[in-house]
Amino acid sequence: MSKRIFITGIGMISAIGDDVDACLASLLEQRSGIGPITLLPTIHQGVLPIAEVKHSTSMLLDMAGHPGSRNYTRTALLGILAAREAVGNSGITETGEYRIGLVSASTVGGMDRSEQFYQSFVVDNRKGRLIDVVNHDCADATERIAADLGIDGYITTISTACSSSVNAMMHGSNLIKAGILDRVIVGGTDSVTRFTLNGFNTLMILDKRGCRPFDDDRAGLTLGEGAAYLVLESEEAVGRSQKQPLAEISGYSNANDAYHQTASSPDGKGAFLAMTKAIAMSGLSPSQIDYINVHGTGTQNNDLSEGIALERVFEQGVPRFSSTKGYTGHTLGAAGALEAVIAVLSIRNQVVFPNLNFSTPMKELHIKPVTELMTGVPLRHVLSNSFGFGGNNSSIIISSYI
Amino acid sequence: MIFINGLGAVSPQPNAGSGQFPFEFTKYDGNQLRCPDPGYKEFIPGDQIRRMGRVIKMGVTAAKLCLRDAAHVTGFTSGPECPEIIPEAIITGTGMGCMEDTEKFLATMIRNNEEFLTPTSFIQSTHNTVAGQIALLLKCHGYNFTYVHRGFSFENALLDAMVQLRSGSVSNVLAGGSDELTPAYFSITSRLGHWKRKPVGNDRLLEDHQRGSVAGEGATFFFLQKEGTHNSYARLRDVRTLLKPGSDEKTGRYLLQMLQENEIAPADIDLVVAGFNGDPGSDAIYRNVIAASLPGSAIALYKHLCGEYQTSTAFATWFSAMMIRHRIFPEFALLTPPPVNLRNILIYNHYLHVNHTFILLSAP
Repeated sequence: MSKRIFITGIGMISAIGDDVDACLASLLEQRSGIGPITLLPTIHQGVLPIAEVKHSTSMLLDMAGHPGSRNYTRTALLGILAAREAVGNSGITETGEYRIGLVSASTVGGMDRSEQFYQSFVVDNRKGRLIDVVNHDCADATERIAADLGIDGYITTISTACSSSVNAMMHGSNLIKAGILDRVIVGGTDSVTRFTLNGFNTLMILDKRGCRPFDDDRAGLTLGEGAAYLVLESEEAVGRSQKQPLAEISGYSNANDAYHQTASSPDGKGAFLAMTKAIAMSGLSPSQIDYINVHGTGTQNNDLSEGIALERVFEQGVPRFSSTKGYTGHTLGAAGALEAVIAVLSIRNQVVFPNLNFSTPMKELHIKPVTELMTGVPLRHVLSNSFGFGGNNSSIIISSYI
Repeated sequence: MIFINGLGAVSPQPNAGSGQFPFEFTKYDGNQLRCPDPGYKEFIPGDQIRRMGRVIKMGVTAAKLCLRDAAHVTGFTSGPECPEIIPEAIITGTGMGCMEDTEKFLATMIRNNEEFLTPTSFIQSTHNTVAGQIALLLKCHGYNFTYVHRGFSFENALLDAMVQLRSGSVSNVLAGGSDELTPAYFSITSRLGHWKRKPVGNDRLLEDHQRGSVAGEGATFFFLQKEGTHNSYARLRDVRTLLKPGSDEKTGRYLLQMLQENEIAPADIDLVVAGFNGDPGSDAIYRNVIAASLPGSAIALYKHLCGEYQTSTAFATWFSAMMIRHRIFPEFALLTPPPVNLRNILIYNHYLHVNHTFILLSAP
């Protein structure tokens, strides 16, 4: 059974690019994907910024090769595009020799279409086109991606709010370690919907200026959309194909804050547990973590709780850290996978992408994020955090392949 | 080896929670089977009962019933003030998540054109609310996961529980499944043709030839450990999921392969608990697969007790574990004469022909 988990392919679509290369270019140029709402039909246009993938759903259908089809939700299309790129990048082909699975995450599923359905359904429950609601659940995108990639082995969908896709990576890794799969495609996909935009708006945690993670004056998060997938393989599968992995997953952990349904605890207990247990699993000492891609949503509550947890875990030696949500927005169920792909890009290109929109350090903390692009930085181990509603806190460590 | 050392169910069968087995069968005449209030007040703080969505109440109650039962089965308690064992991991499955809160926020948002909204139903609409609330009420900081894959959801949770236990990362897991039947969900799925149009008694479900099934709901949890006790219910041997097999022959081959990998001969499956739901097309699959692969096994059904829903196999697992523990086969569930022995039970279900699953239980 495999003790090590290798990343051999990555794929990503987000507000900063349609594929990994385009996203990398935006990150290097410090170009944010956050801007005025142009596609989502909402009364908040002109008021709240979001990080949209700048293609209408009909354009995404064209890009995915299903022009005019009514069977695909926006979430499924984003997922298909990113998962195809990851599989293409890894170069794997289905040989029947390997047990291959798909573990995908989502929080909104087909809500974009359910909103259309409900427009008529709330008036008369005999109305509304059924084709707009049959793809409502989160598993729909997973089964569409599986069909697109020709995967008929183990598949599942995870929904643990904003930590969903880190948990997908964790479950996929565990399935390889348990000898149940040889290869697994892991990741997550979420589109922006009126449901989520209004939901976060009722909580009064959307920053009208766009998110400013870890800034003292931060006023909330900015919603984004996108998808990211990674191909994970066992030692044996990589050994037999003589493939050079992109990176390695060396540790992960899932803990629960058990403090409040939505708010994080003042001492960051769940975040502290997730980070310390992930580091313990990797066998590293905290001082060996070279960079942290923080959850850093830009809400008062998250950044304070996460910052306190960082200072508890690393004490005086908090590593370089930044939030990349100023580029991609908060992509909810896709965020963990998006940030894992960004961590791989950081390691491969020896670069730390700076935190955008930062000006004043938080007065409660002794730390501040990286705000200038750093190049030529040897990064061996990167920690990535994803925390969510329901107290679901997860951390993962991605290491360079040696 | 993995043992079921505690269980709890909130189901449309109110007498199933009494601890008596077999319980007194509750008859329904419509096409919707809902869970009566099992006495939420005993399990959930009063100020929270009103705010919580129904599936959250059902889930939390089933989890607490299970953890209290686990304290009896294992003889272990987490403290004098706490009747429940605090689990090291909480793993749940749900096909549809918190439908009541999702529909409420969605409908209000549409009706009010995105204005005058309050956050409560949005907060509770996330799929991980049941697992999160269990953790919150028990102050459980451990591993916490929610699987949301249609008819695989509960099986995914069980498989993860087995992986967690076998890897040694935890010594016990609370695993379960929950789904709720709301009026809007029933109305939409009725239009999709999921349910029988004319009422049918649930005691005569398989005698009715209309298309469709009866809708159901429920929450069921299990306390799983690697060590058994004298009071363990059953051994959880294996769990498998099969996506769109395409033919009954392929499903049968997969089933036999699973048994072989567990070193069990088909003749040693004493009872198949199958997901017969009254839909003729759906039920033919069970008949074909069982006739071809397990011709000697006795057969029981369970969906006339709980209705059809994505995580109904959690109830099937509860029902099977109770049969093993009490060595009694309720007459109201058997389609064949009862088995002579009770060594192994195979639960076989498919959800809308797409998600086929197998759960293998043995006497402890």
